[in-house]
Amino acid sequence: MTAQTHGFLSPTGIEIAFVLVGLVVLGSGLLVVTVRNLVYAALWLLVCLGAIAVEYLLLGAELLAWVQILIYAGAVIVLFLFGLMLTKAPIGPTDELDVRHRWPGALVGLGAAGTLVTVIVQAYQHTWFDPRGAVPLGRGGALGAQLFRYWVLPFEVLSVLLLAALVGAIVLSRRQREPEEAEA
Amino acid sequence: MNTLALIASLLPALGAAVTFAGGRDLRHVKFWSTAPVAVSFLLALLVALEHGTGGTSTRTYSIGTAGVFHVEVGTRISGLAALTAVLVAGVALCVQAFSTSYLGGEPRYASYAALISLFTAAMLTVVFAADLVVLLVGWEIMGVCSYFLIGHYWEKPEARSASIKAFLMTKTGDVPFLFGLIALGVQAHSFRVNDVILAADNDSLHHPAWIAALLLCGVLGKSAQFPLHSWLPDAMAGPTPISALIHAATMVAAGVYLVALLYPVFVLAPAVLIAMAVIAAITMCGAALCALAQTDVKKILAYSTVSQLAYMLGGLAVGGRSQAVYLLLVHGAFKALLFLAAGVVIHRVGSNELSAMGGLRYRMPIAYGTMTVGLLALAGIPPFSGFFGKEAVLGAAYDATGEFAAPGRIVLIFGLITAGLTAAYSLRLWLGVFHGPFPDAPHEHEARVEAPQTELIPLVLLAIPAAALGLVVVFGSGFSHVVGGWSGEAGAAAAMLWPGGLTTLISLLFVVGFGGVVFLAWRRDRQADPAVMLLGPLRPLLRDGFYFDRLIDLALVRPTRAAARLVAYLDTNVFDAYVRGSGVGARGLGTVLRRLQTGSIQFYLTCLFLGVVIMAAVYAYVGTVS
Amino acid sequence: MHAVYPLVLGALLFSIGLYGVLARRSAIAVLMAIELLLNAVTLNLVAFGAILRDQYGMGQIFTLFIITIAAAETGLGLAIVLLLYRQRASADLGEQRELAEPVEDYAADELIPAQAAGESAEQVGAAR
Repeated sequence: MTAQTHGFLSPTGIEIAFVLVGLVVLGSGLLVVTVRNLVYAALWLLVCLGAIAVEYLLLGAELLAWVQILIYAGAVIVLFLFGLMLTKAPIGPTDELDVRHRWPGALVGLGAAGTLVTVIVQAYQHTWFDPRGAVPLGRGGALGAQLFRYWVLPFEVLSVLLLAALVGAIVLSRRQREPEEAEA
Repeated sequence: MNTLALIASLLPALGAAVTFAGGRDLRHVKFWSTAPVAVSFLLALLVALEHGTGGTSTRTYSIGTAGVFHVEVGTRISGLAALTAVLVAGVALCVQAFSTSYLGGEPRYASYAALISLFTAAMLTVVFAADLVVLLVGWEIMGVCSYFLIGHYWEKPEARSASIKAFLMTKTGDVPFLFGLIALGVQAHSFRVNDVILAADNDSLHHPAWIAALLLCGVLGKSAQFPLHSWLPDAMAGPTPISALIHAATMVAAGVYLVALLYPVFVLAPAVLIAMAVIAAITMCGAALCALAQTDVKKILAYSTVSQLAYMLGGLAVGGRSQAVYLLLVHGAFKALLFLAAGVVIHRVGSNELSAMGGLRYRMPIAYGTMTVGLLALAGIPPFSGFFGKEAVLGAAYDATGEFAAPGRIVLIFGLITAGLTAAYSLRLWLGVFHGPFPDAPHEHEARVEAPQTELIPLVLLAIPAAALGLVVVFGSGFSHVVGGWSGEAGAAAAMLWPGGLTTLISLLFVVGFGGVVFLAWRRDRQADPAVMLLGPLRPLLRDGFYFDRLIDLALVRPTRAAARLVAYLDTNVFDAYVRGSGVGARGLGTVLRRLQTGSIQFYLTCLFLGVVIMAAVYAYVGTVS
Repeated sequence: MHAVYPLVLGALLFSIGLYGVLARRSAIAVLMAIELLLNAVTLNLVAFGAILRDQYGMGQIFTLFIITIAAAETGLGLAIVLLLYRQRASADLGEQRELAEPVEDYAADELIPAQAAGESAEQVGAAR
């Protein structure tokens, strides 16, 4: 898989684009977990998810990118906003969004980052790949063929899971009736 | 003959077992308490008659090996053993018969009678023992039975403490005794009595002085000599027949018997003989003085026993083995008689104190007659048996030569003084109980109030030997032939039991002198106690036994109690502190750990992920480095 | 492209999400951080799918599954938060302390703190 030059100082265009969008991802991710405004956090999440969809495109996963936008950016974010509304979350900036001591979480995050990055860099420092080679596999037809040839069973199970989640969500969010009405 | 002896030893144990197992049917208890002892007595008589003047006869059965030594059971009959067995069985029979009415109606009569039977069996085992280990077994069983019997009236605190005191004091002597027996057995390479005596005769014991000293400790404990004597007066808290059996005739005589049995061993140690003589001298006089000051009839007799036992020990210390044994037999008879008679008197009067008695001469004629015989024997008035016994010992002390010379002098001097003192307190007792005014009644010649026949017959029966055993001496040296030599052999050198001239004269002088003083003091005031006038300021000292018990309390009891308190304190505050501390520590640790349970899920998750990250980092590091 | 880029991106995004789960008080904010975690994982999967290009297309198909499950989980999670809010009038995770252990002062010999003095004394007496 090594065709072009592999110098660190001569990246390809895809790499540049990837890094830039990656910065957007990380930046908006950071903002999601640090802003003082819950609604802003949801919106920054939207940005983050969108940027990730772009990353998918860069890595050759077409269908996945659009599925990401559709479901995450479309449905999940809306779900979050509804949740914020129904729980009467504070709309404006508020001080009570973070726990009293943030440093343990920061410590854990930094530790995890350090460990993971070190391990990954050490393991994969000599691995290059061409993302354009993954494009044919990311098309809808190819993905569909794979899905319904080798992954049918998990697919069906997943639909059952969705049904269960649906029913569970309805049951959980039902309003408790009065005892007489329940018996009746 | 040996078989008869064995049966005689075991029959009372059988009686005890049946009584223990049988329950409370009074009729059967009375039968089973008296019949086996009666048969034992007859058998003992038979054995004595059959043995005659023969030497030792031993028959044993081996029951196994313990290490190097064979363990054997069986009997060894010597003249000494045969005579002592007759004494023991006879007195036991009288006591059992006496008790059927004295204690017959009490709720615990069954256990009492059974314990007496067991005691008798144990004493006979000691007497007929062919093996030192068997002797020790009998010795210890006697100690245990004595504990139970003294504490028979355990509702009374003085009975409880007296039984424990007796047990502890005799045990204090028994521990060195055990060591002495072991040393003796080891050095003689056998525990058989015959072998031990043979070894002593052949001078093959390496440390006879140590052995004799250790054995002497046990003798001092069992025979209530100084310094282990103070349990005997306190043991009077038990029933009176017990005192007659245990503390007059049998158990306390076991110590003297042991010295007589192992006499060759003691003879090898002149230092021990002198020690014996000194202890005997101290005890003789001290106890006689204390007896003079007591107001409790039983305590007078108890101190008298201690004093007379010292006489016997003194006799042994001066080489007069046959003489001491003679005194042992005679003393057994008249002291048992005295105790039983005192029991009858106490029962009728309802109190032990002399002050509650007086003028019982016409009220209790049989008791009066028999007790007079006994007291005359005790005081050493001819021709009663006690006279001959005491004179025999004094004569042996006077005639002592060689290694016995020094003990002889000590025993002679103190023996003469004690003879006088004995007469004094005997007379005081006699006058106080039977003469003088009757405390309650205005008239003297009231209706007779005596005791039941089962109590009186033993009195009369015991009065006979108390009076008549002196006749034995008429047969010259025949008695010592029966008793046998120091090693139990037959036909030994004749020991003169006939009273020697000079000593008899001086002792009679002392007797008349001291007795006269008491009589004159009594005559002054018939109602008062002559001792008050005679002893004056010394009386409290003597009544308390020279404050010996207080000394023991200060020297031993209080330090032990303080040590016990110290140990208890250490236990609760030092060791328990650690235990409690571990509890407190655990709880403290728990409190610390509990602070981690904050209830905040994010805290838990933080800790969780922190751990995971650390583990992953460590694993990665180790994986990449190696 | 160097394989490190997408993988490191995924790792960093994962760490950010981890911080968010541990440091945010509102339940919904925590759910958002969980979404970040899931997306980091999917990014990782897609990257490996592109690197390895196996015959089953596992990377992208797993990602599809994860997206589905994440959606379901978000729905259910929000339902639970709603329930929580209804019961306690607050979706604040820092306030939910039912699992906490009480830290009160124990006397040296008490087995249970601050209960009726008689009971605990009896228990201790019986234990001795």
